[in-house]
Amino acid sequence: MTGKVITITSGKGGVGKTTAVANLAVALAADGKKVVCIDGDIGLRNLDVVMGLENRIVYDIVDVVEGRCKTRQAMIRDKRLPELFLIPAAQTRDKNAVSPSDMVRLCDELRQDIDWILIDSPAGIERGFRNAIAPADKVLIVTNPEMSAVRDADRVVGLLEAEEKGSPSLVVNRLNPAMIKRGDMLSVDDVYDLLRIDVIGIVPEDENVIVASNRGAPLALEAKSRAGQAFRNIARRLEGHQVPFMELESQGLWERLARMGRK
Amino acid sequence: MSFFERLTGKKSASSAKERLQLVLIHDRVDLTPAVLDALKEELLAVISRHVDIDPSSVHVELASEGRNQRLVADIPLKAAARQRAR
Repeated sequence: MTGKVITITSGKGGVGKTTAVANLAVALAADGKKVVCIDGDIGLRNLDVVMGLENRIVYDIVDVVEGRCKTRQAMIRDKRLPELFLIPAAQTRDKNAVSPSDMVRLCDELRQDIDWILIDSPAGIERGFRNAIAPADKVLIVTNPEMSAVRDADRVVGLLEAEEKGSPSLVVNRLNPAMIKRGDMLSVDDVYDLLRIDVIGIVPEDENVIVASNRGAPLALEAKSRAGQAFRNIARRLEGHQVPFMELESQGLWERLARMGRK
Repeated sequence: MSFFERLTGKKSASSAKERLQLVLIHDRVDLTPAVLDALKEELLAVISRHVDIDPSSVHVELASEGRNQRLVADIPLKAAARQRAR
């Protein structure tokens, strides 16, 4: 078995990388795959709290790289999904504690018996970003329909082109259908026109993302959540399935009643 | 409708798109509008050493196709016949 390494990055901070990693990991694991997520943000770890695993950390990625523990020992098993693991970032070290070749070595080891390895890249385009993209088979860029997020995403696309990392795919996160409708937010088509890279996912803004992170239980497990559904769709597309994009139009009263009637 | 919208008749999303289109082109080729202007000046100086051109009708700009950028220069030449007539 050879697992695939997917790196999720963005350039700009706060666009939803960690949320995307947690949800894609949960969706892939719920589909019966073996999944490991790696928090690449050394010094500012967050994936552990979003996944609700912060109390179980014993070893972290720097311990693995520096040989203080076996890779297995740093893999924290998820509470609900037994085939989902997290390798947390170190909190008290800096990004130089890990090198791009360390990441390649670690991922090559994990590939042996893991289906999907998801790397949560830190914001920025420095060492942490270089570490995160080094072992990637595929890079996903998360952006928001907003000036600075789109501009930074374009920078990252340029850097990936220069590194010959293959063409990245785009996740447009936090779309607000009502704002798009009244002409106050870039649409997915606008963002595509600007960046011209393959769009693999569109995710509506959803306040349940914050509720989910409060609880430490990613949304992708909740059947009713729209953002959760969007992340499940992205996971299916990563696995090679054709999945139509979800309708983003805010639903009117009649549509909502019709949906309730169907349940 | 906001004050700005009434003034320009433009929705904020289309301003965002237009502004981003320009910003991204300059980011991608690492060429600021000021450098582009300097380049244009020098280009015109060199060309007018050899042929007669009308600087006011010259267009030098960055254009993009997909993720590729090109420098497009449209430089109309003055007809030689007209020069002789002068």
